[in-house]
Amino acid sequence: MDLMGIELLFKGQNFLRILGGLWVSVRISLISVAISIGLGLLVGALMTLRRPVVRAITRVYLEIVRIMPQMVLLFIVYFGTTRAFGIHMEAELAAIIVFVFWGTAEMGDLVRSALISIPKHQYESAKALGLSRAQTYRYIILPQTLRRLLPLSINLITRMIKTTSLVMMVGIVEVLKVTQQIIEANRRTSPNAAFGMFAVVFVIYFLVCWPISMLSKKLEKRWSE
Amino acid sequence: MNRDVIVEYVPLYVEALGRTVHIGLVGILGAILLGLGSSLILYFQVKGFRRLTRAYIELFRNTPLLVQLFFLYFGLPKLGLRITADFCGMLGLALIGGSYMAETFRSGLEAVDRIQFESAKSLGMSPWQTFFYVILPQAVSTSVPGFVANMIFLLKETSVFSAISVMDLMFTAKDLIGMEYKTMEALTLLVVFYLIMLLPVSVLGSLVERRVRYGSYGD
Amino acid sequence: MSETILKIDHLQKQFDSHVILKDVSLSVKKGEVIVIIGPSGCGKSTFLRCINGLEDIQSGDILLENRSIVGNTTQIQKERQRIGMVFQSYDLFPHKTVLDNVTLAPRKVQKRDKAEVEKEGLQLLDRVGLASKQNAYPRQLSGGQKQRVAIVRALAMHPEILLFDEVTAALDPEMVHEVLETMLELARSGNTMLIVTHEMSFARAVADRIVFLDEGGIVEEGTPEEFFEHPKTDRAKKFLASFEYHR
Repeated sequence: MDLMGIELLFKGQNFLRILGGLWVSVRISLISVAISIGLGLLVGALMTLRRPVVRAITRVYLEIVRIMPQMVLLFIVYFGTTRAFGIHMEAELAAIIVFVFWGTAEMGDLVRSALISIPKHQYESAKALGLSRAQTYRYIILPQTLRRLLPLSINLITRMIKTTSLVMMVGIVEVLKVTQQIIEANRRTSPNAAFGMFAVVFVIYFLVCWPISMLSKKLEKRWSE
Repeated sequence: MNRDVIVEYVPLYVEALGRTVHIGLVGILGAILLGLGSSLILYFQVKGFRRLTRAYIELFRNTPLLVQLFFLYFGLPKLGLRITADFCGMLGLALIGGSYMAETFRSGLEAVDRIQFESAKSLGMSPWQTFFYVILPQAVSTSVPGFVANMIFLLKETSVFSAISVMDLMFTAKDLIGMEYKTMEALTLLVVFYLIMLLPVSVLGSLVERRVRYGSYGD
Repeated sequence: MSETILKIDHLQKQFDSHVILKDVSLSVKKGEVIVIIGPSGCGKSTFLRCINGLEDIQSGDILLENRSIVGNTTQIQKERQRIGMVFQSYDLFPHKTVLDNVTLAPRKVQKRDKAEVEKEGLQLLDRVGLASKQNAYPRQLSGGQKQRVAIVRALAMHPEILLFDEVTAALDPEMVHEVLETMLELARSGNTMLIVTHEMSFARAVADRIVFLDEGGIVEEGTPEEFFEHPKTDRAKKFLASFEYHR
């Protein structure tokens, strides 16, 4: 019976190797998301300022991220820096730089819209009650902003994980690459493994991302008052 | 950076751009049709298809295009379905795009107050008339921002096609870097050509968005 | 009724070249209830917002017991805490319970003891019939209940003057009554209040003095009887007529 390569999953260390590859993607995503959230809070707060210079810079930044494929950015950082500065950049570092560059823009935009979505009256009634500016932010604005942000940040994690599949293109050995290697190594005994094994990767990605998106949806529903 | 090299390679990029745009447009057209069909199935809760549609949307929204392409391009031939890389790109883009478009159209449809059905009914309109003249136009205008975002997302996603050896912009750039060591020239041309492809879409998208927004709220 | 507590002196407010309030003067005595009425866009809400420092003013002065409260220094902001305000859009803090909404400012601004503030908050909530809702979140309340909580939230700061900006305008008709009832009780217990409202019969019942504002200026003022029975100016007559139905 032809198992279309599923049997390779249980051969030797294959399953562990695939999980190891997955961990590479997840690790890059989590590091990038963590940094992006920190920087995004800062950038988002900056964007609410009415300074023309700040506005112009953040606008160009957002537009670059909006229209440049992450893949192109990855090529620029990975191949470009090597060439321009003569330093060899680790692929993983290049990936993190690109994903942080992208994630910070996404996060910043989310933070900005969360901040401006707090009704003006919340600021006014806090002021009418005598709360200082700092107190208003600490007790009234930030708690509400964070609630709106949490589901969106969780959602950003799944998008990061999906996008990290690109890193194989700059030579990082992650799930797809590991799977490709396994298929190659067993080409003679399991000639049809490409079907089964890539289906497995498909399912693995789904099993990782789907619960996270569900969680994000649930939180969003619960907190959207 | 060498000007002669750039001039020499521009035709290669133009050809790659043509191919990328061609695959992108066909894929997006497929995505729109697939998304429209799926959103209608969900909105009208068509029995038998609803769960399948839901499963399709969740599956393709929660996996990377690259993985989908690997499965389609390397996996399917093992079942005897042989497809070209270009067609695989179109198919993959249509499938992932369809799942995103479906969600956008569906939430657009659901944003229309159901009371509109009742008021149209009270005016004597048939369900189909109601849908085409009352519900759909409103749904379209609320879907526009999401639609534009999806367009840009899908055009950006075309950048992974080179992984299944479609000779697109990324492929051309990678070739120049790998074979000729013309890194800076290759990257510069890459950025310029992606700008040529995406900047008009982005600008046009913002214009349409603004127009629709003013249209719906008159402000 | 004794000394003047609040004095508005030739107040001028404009957005760019558009004049919202021109040369408005008004003195408010301690314990007095003043109802400000006038057509939409006459500047009555802006007037209240100026008093509470939510809008800056271009000229004139606002004096609280003879001390100016125009500006934004820490001292002035502290003075301004003696004025409480309730808005139209019962803007409770959605992430805090009813009791937390009420106690937040007394604890953080006035640095009062938590137990004491909570005790008082509960008493105040009880007075408006909402003690049982202390742990509810704003989204679980009706519009009328939210607005009563907003009133209690303002009261908890022990303000000497209360400003009400169309507090029933966003409510369903059957909820208007419970809120007006609460305000009437506050008026009877001697609070100094400035009220902007469109509820004419309520204005008549609660006011010591009616101030009629139109096109950014005070057109007419007087006791409720004088104003409603014998309006002196044509503009006031026309305004009052718009509330009547002719069959």
